[in-house]
Amino acid sequence: MNTWVAKNRTTLVVAAVLVVAAYVFYYAKNDIAPSMFGAAWGYAIPLVLAALVGVIGERSGVVNIGIEGQMLLAAFAGFFAAAFSGSMIVGILAGVGTGLLAGGFLAWTTVRWRMDQIIAGVVLNIVATGLTSFYLVSGEILPGVIPNIEVPVLSAIPLIGDVFFSGRSAIALVAIVAAVTVHLALFHSRWGLRTRAVGEYPSAADTAGINVERLRLVNVTIAGSLAGLAGVYLSMDASSSFERGMTAGRGFLALAIMIMGAWRPLRAFVMALFFGFVNAVASQLQQTGGVSIPPQLTGTLPYVATLVVLAVAAGRVRAPGAVGQPYVKKDQ
Amino acid sequence: MSDTKTVEPPPPAPEQEPSVPRDRGGMLAYLIGHQSGVVILVALAISLLVGAALIRYQGVSPWFAYETLIREALVYDGAFTRTLQKTAPLVLTGLAVVLPLRVGLFNIGGQGQFATGAIFGAWAAYVAGGAGFAGAVLGMLVGIVCGAAVGVLVGVLKAWRGVHEVISTIMLNYIVAGITFWLVVGPLQAEASKTSGIPQTETIPEAARVGSVAGIPIGFLIALALAVLCWWMLSRTTMGFRLNTVGANKSAAGYAGISIRTTIVLVMAMGAGLAGLGGALEAEGTLHRFEPAIVGTLGFDGITIALLARANPLATIPAAFLVGILRTGAAGLQFNTGIAPEIVDVLLAIILLMVSIPVLGKWLFRSRADKVSVASTSWGS
Repeated sequence: MNTWVAKNRTTLVVAAVLVVAAYVFYYAKNDIAPSMFGAAWGYAIPLVLAALVGVIGERSGVVNIGIEGQMLLAAFAGFFAAAFSGSMIVGILAGVGTGLLAGGFLAWTTVRWRMDQIIAGVVLNIVATGLTSFYLVSGEILPGVIPNIEVPVLSAIPLIGDVFFSGRSAIALVAIVAAVTVHLALFHSRWGLRTRAVGEYPSAADTAGINVERLRLVNVTIAGSLAGLAGVYLSMDASSSFERGMTAGRGFLALAIMIMGAWRPLRAFVMALFFGFVNAVASQLQQTGGVSIPPQLTGTLPYVATLVVLAVAAGRVRAPGAVGQPYVKKDQ
Repeated sequence: MSDTKTVEPPPPAPEQEPSVPRDRGGMLAYLIGHQSGVVILVALAISLLVGAALIRYQGVSPWFAYETLIREALVYDGAFTRTLQKTAPLVLTGLAVVLPLRVGLFNIGGQGQFATGAIFGAWAAYVAGGAGFAGAVLGMLVGIVCGAAVGVLVGVLKAWRGVHEVISTIMLNYIVAGITFWLVVGPLQAEASKTSGIPQTETIPEAARVGSVAGIPIGFLIALALAVLCWWMLSRTTMGFRLNTVGANKSAAGYAGISIRTTIVLVMAMGAGLAGLGGALEAEGTLHRFEPAIVGTLGFDGITIALLARANPLATIPAAFLVGILRTGAAGLQFNTGIAPEIVDVLLAIILLMVSIPVLGKWLFRSRADKVSVASTSWGS
């Protein structure tokens, strides 16, 4: 226990400072703080899921630029499947399934066909924009809503309970569970060890008997389901409609979050919250019209914040060693 | 002492073509020697087939649709000029991706760099409109400089802080969109626009516009010249040599004394400057002002074009022409058949997909696949 505390000193200190600051803000500005934190978490939910997709992929050694496209396709599929079938469940399944399929496409083209990973992602994004705009039909409505859940004990905790566990969408809870699960799996399970090996030094993993190609295929495909869920959240929960290009760059923001989180699920979670918070601040500034900053400029705040944080932090984190390179066995 | 037996020289080898496998000749040999061209044609064919299926599904005859597309782009009155007008910015946004790609950088910021050049170029041309064509030239220069400024930012962030250019360029796209939108409804808004509610900048006076010469848009000629210039730079100059070397092997280049950081910033500035020029030309030549919608898909199409052109500046011309035909034709297609213009996105994506699979070439030609990675770089460097 003591060694763990000692080794993770900085993280614990930073976390403590953040938590204290959050609570101070919460009690000091009780009029706007709860809604700001709530908005922050709402904005962060799809980012968390999308960042997890990126983390799983890159830890396996596959760059996924196509998260944006995966989310857009899933948002489209989920929304229209639900609208036309009259069942939210069908919509959710369609969305998650589409994410899986898109993930499978990426996995197959990059791992089996050894296509350049970035090009594959770009292709996916173009296809997603094209198909979703081509088949867009307006005027459809959802048959229902995704239920909000009140978690019994946890929702009583002063700040955290309000924001995360009280009256939040079911998908939000799945996002939290997913982040924790991926963290545990990646760092405390056999699958996680193999995945990281494959992402760092695939030839060594290969020598140890791990099927590099198959692991990458499976990981990238299954991670797609999270992107699918993120898309479903966008079109079926956060808003109840599908608009052209509604993902608005979130897939790329998620990649930035992944990098800032040093390819670690829980840190990515925190970074996503940070972004949500910056976005909430921007909205707040737009509303109160404060400091005469025009709304179009405050809208760029999350993106500016990304650049700033990356400029400060990016040089210091290290990507998995073999990310971006297709693995070719020596005798092929 | 000679102890070597004199050996009969081996019988002369039978006459054969220098670079073609022994028992093939003629057409097949030509095809094998021009693999990339064939792969592109096959890709085009497959994508047209898939497009035909989608079109058929909408209840329209694919023949009619494709025929309409070609007519709208090439045959009708003024169509060819319109297509060339559309091709010009595409060549430039394509070059904007090609140059950094040669150094291993993936510039996805064409949208933002284009918009920056467009708004400031339009404004400069408007302000200097009294000076005639010199005003247009000023607009172009301003466009180049402003676009390049964005590129320098990306390059510096990459070279000194290790910020991956994919993310920084995308972030800048959004930031530029916000800034230009604010400018066009704020400080740079046209008087008429304030009443009409349509966000625009002031119209550029006639004299400072970029027109056509014998039906060929001047912008197209400029773009053509720049593509050739880029090719010449890359293949015949020292700077081009440096770019290619850094792209091929960073550490070897560094060891040879080439400054990697300067190269990165320089190439991003060049690429972004070209995109900015594209924006300025589009504002001066096509729209005669700046509107938020001026960028359209031009930035992203540039990426497709660069990848289709396999990072060869000269090849951006036919690639841009293809995209220009598709985009110009698609507008008319919607008018005549009701097919949404986004079908072009699907067609382009399929072509890009087919062209990018190394195994496809392998399967077609039973030869070793080319260098696998064109664009992938690790996040950390």
